[in-house]
Amino acid sequence: MKSLKWEEDQQEKLPPSRKHIQWATIVIIGVFLVLFLRLWQLQILEGETFERLSEKNRIRLRKIPFPRGIVMDKNGQVIADNRASFNLMVVPAEVEDPSSVMERLARGVQLDSHNAVSLVKQARKKNPFRSMVLREGLRWEEVAWVETNRLDLPGIWVEVEPRRHYPEGRKAAHVLGYVGEIPEELLKAWRGKGYRVGDRVGRSGVEKTLEPYLRGRDGGIQVEVDAKGRHLGVLQEVSFEPGADVVLTLDMRLQEVAEEALGDRTGAVVAGDPKTGAILAMVSHPSFDPNLFSEGISAETWKSLTESRDHPLTNRALMAQYPPGSTYKIVTAVAALEEGIITKDTPIYCPGHYTVGNRDYRCMKKEGHGWIRFREALIQSCDVYFYHLGHLLGVDRLARYAKGFGLGSPTGFDPDQEKPGLIPTSAWKKKRFGTPWHAGETVVAAIGQGYDLVTPIQQFVMISAVANGGEVMIPQIVERVVGPDGRVLASLEPRSQGRVPASSSTLRLLKEALRGVVQDPRGTGQRAKVPGVDVAGKTGTAQVVRMSERMRERKVAVPYRHRDHAWFVCFAPVEEPKIAVVVVVEHGGLGGMEAAPIAQRVIQAFLDMKRSGDGRGSS
Amino acid sequence: MGGEVLRTNRFLRDAWPLLVLVTFLGSVGIVSLYSAAAGAETWSRLPIYMRQGIFFGIGMVLGALVTVIDYRRWLDYAWIIYGVCVVLLVAVLVIGKVTSGSQRWLNLGPIAIQPSELAKWALLLAIARHFQANQPVQGYYTLRDVMKPSAAVALVALLVVLEPDLGSTILVMLISVSMMIMAGLRIRSLLKVVGVGLLCLPMGWRMLADYQKKRIIIYLNPQQDPLGAGYHVTQSKIAVGSGGLLGKGYLQGTQSQLHFLPEHHTDFAFSVWAEEWGFVGCVLLLGAFLLLIFYCLSVASRATDPVARLIALGVVAFFFWPVFMNVAMTLGLLPVVGIALPFISYGGSSLVTSMMALGLLLNVHTRRFLF
Repeated sequence: MKSLKWEEDQQEKLPPSRKHIQWATIVIIGVFLVLFLRLWQLQILEGETFERLSEKNRIRLRKIPFPRGIVMDKNGQVIADNRASFNLMVVPAEVEDPSSVMERLARGVQLDSHNAVSLVKQARKKNPFRSMVLREGLRWEEVAWVETNRLDLPGIWVEVEPRRHYPEGRKAAHVLGYVGEIPEELLKAWRGKGYRVGDRVGRSGVEKTLEPYLRGRDGGIQVEVDAKGRHLGVLQEVSFEPGADVVLTLDMRLQEVAEEALGDRTGAVVAGDPKTGAILAMVSHPSFDPNLFSEGISAETWKSLTESRDHPLTNRALMAQYPPGSTYKIVTAVAALEEGIITKDTPIYCPGHYTVGNRDYRCMKKEGHGWIRFREALIQSCDVYFYHLGHLLGVDRLARYAKGFGLGSPTGFDPDQEKPGLIPTSAWKKKRFGTPWHAGETVVAAIGQGYDLVTPIQQFVMISAVANGGEVMIPQIVERVVGPDGRVLASLEPRSQGRVPASSSTLRLLKEALRGVVQDPRGTGQRAKVPGVDVAGKTGTAQVVRMSERMRERKVAVPYRHRDHAWFVCFAPVEEPKIAVVVVVEHGGLGGMEAAPIAQRVIQAFLDMKRSGDGRGSS
Repeated sequence: MGGEVLRTNRFLRDAWPLLVLVTFLGSVGIVSLYSAAAGAETWSRLPIYMRQGIFFGIGMVLGALVTVIDYRRWLDYAWIIYGVCVVLLVAVLVIGKVTSGSQRWLNLGPIAIQPSELAKWALLLAIARHFQANQPVQGYYTLRDVMKPSAAVALVALLVVLEPDLGSTILVMLISVSMMIMAGLRIRSLLKVVGVGLLCLPMGWRMLADYQKKRIIIYLNPQQDPLGAGYHVTQSKIAVGSGGLLGKGYLQGTQSQLHFLPEHHTDFAFSVWAEEWGFVGCVLLLGAFLLLIFYCLSVASRATDPVARLIALGVVAFFFWPVFMNVAMTLGLLPVVGIALPFISYGGSSLVTSMMALGLLLNVHTRRFLF
């Protein structure tokens, strides 16, 4: 047994020592003293104030919703802003007799009082003091009525909230998109980013892709109210932060022309600067009115939009995949020139059909073009010429060039919405169907039929690359984003995905031939001619259903849904391209007849605007 | 036989004040939860106060188990226990249950445990074990001597902050640093540790996801989220303040009964008590906590084995910090970071580990004559 003295010595020598414990005791007593004093302050000194606040729970928490950033076109025209919307609010606990209050309310405000009563009763059990929306979008008379009858409507008030408004209605609706209540899956995906149930967020288009910029931050206010819910004063306030404003590359004047030119036809128009990829106009028809979504869309309207056979919510410029038809001959031509299969002077004989195995593939000109060379073949869109090239190239080489032009994969414009299209290869077919590729399929692919599928925006990238000398640009629509403090948060920077696999001499030849398509008297795209300006382009007529020879010859009326799609891709002026335009008209028939005149109007309007000097900064 | 009786008597003589205090605090917790959660949604058929009662019972059993096994045995296994806790913390991040944006619970059949609570207890043992094995050369420890436990603390803190559970992270660090100081870390070295910690902050910050950063910013500046955290504090102050001298009476708290006060059965349980029992009730409750802490301090000062004393002081830190931070939070003195009030806030893991910590305390206290 060691002595007590020794033990004490040990205790002093080895930490934790008594000194440590004493210090700890002092700190702890000090801290508790602070807590006791604070309790004294809150409960004794300020007890009455807090009691008053707690009596009937006098604090109401009100959100001050932020206004979403404004969207403008390149000339500063506002195309999405905010409007005050009036919401009918209720604090369930303050409505002592829901049935009679709702009945009274229904006298001046359009309201399903039965539904409202059960809503309030439910909320009284769960969150009696959390204010909730009874109805959105009150009319002026209703607001005035509520305000004048407020004393008889305890717990009811009107709240002003900024709501998205699109002054141009349906115009550019697909580009802008719309806002709607945040769906559950987004709420989960954006966990922790400050989103709450009931928040309105961008659901498609620019509204969705630029959501992080357009969104601001809600403010909040703690209001002291009396037993009747009347506002007594503000206890605390945090102001909102508006979203950033966005300037698009879109030119609404050109957009309008393009929409009018497309008219009632179903299809899409994409126009933009071929050098930068900046989109000037993007039309998809049929369209919708994004304002419908701002006040909360009715189930009926939603159903009619989503179930319509015309798919008005689909942005055809990005999401519709069509066979490219003869516009694809651009790719086949480049591939054949680059691979040394032909020169510009190699003659090929077109008897009006091309035989592979035991099958004949027809030319668009039944009697044939006779001996034909590169430029003429493109101008007159001779199918046999390109069947031949395709056959010599093989599908895989052809696909390599198509992909080099940006076809068959999303362009990067809107990764959320864009569809990839399809450029078939022999490996793809083996994987997809388990069968080998046939030569017949190659010749069909060479003229943009068969499995080939592209989107209008991909076609825009392709024709832009031809126009700008070979750069595969990523199309863009945001010119700049300006924060509430005036700081530029983002601005347009042309981005290239790479170069097309073509030499400049090949591209020069191609451009010259494409000019002939429009300018030459035998060209298929003459309807795109603009006086005083050289336009270069390519028509396309994409078969939807393979029609039998006899049917064509008999010239029977083809049902609408079986008619060909009309394509036209072009740019102008040829020497110094400022605009590239892609037009597709679903079931429109011949590209040269239906699509080319639409492109013509767009180019004409664009050049007129440039000439009159107010198409600032369009290049 | 006689010896056994003597030992039992001695145990009761030593432990009765603690048993009285724990019974009082546990009862306050259950009584308070009965009021706080009246009408609140429960995630099983059992009402919340009953579940708390069951956890109290489980805590008693586990606390007793911790008491009967010699604390030196516990120390022998300290690092293994620590390792198990780290595995559990990793498991939480991988397969944990996500509740209101945080991943803190591990589902084990019918119950869900919160490993970060157990980790605090394990760290207490591990740190004590480290200092037991490494005696100070000149009567104090330098930075080099605390490298190992600091790394152990940092690992746990990192895993907990990723959940994210800022409250528990802060507690883990405060309890550990308190123990290191008590163990004899030189103040100069401590300042260096703090300095290094501050330098590491930006790096740790970068490791967090955006939403985690945002949550921490809102934690630290409730003004950023006026509809969220800022609201909690205002409502809590109203609840506490409106309690006045004697309170509104049991089950009469309007703030809590009418669901004005959010999280009133967890982070703001003290506010419920303060509203219904007033200043007198608060002094009684805080007084009980103060007595509990004094009891721990007295155990520490009477311990003859330095590591036993360190364990006792660790238990002091284990209770002092959450009590101080939780109450200060509800009184609007500190930002709301989600720290439970021991014995009072609803939560099985917290209650059980609190009892286990007291088990360690009794363990060292009843074995103080063995040296």
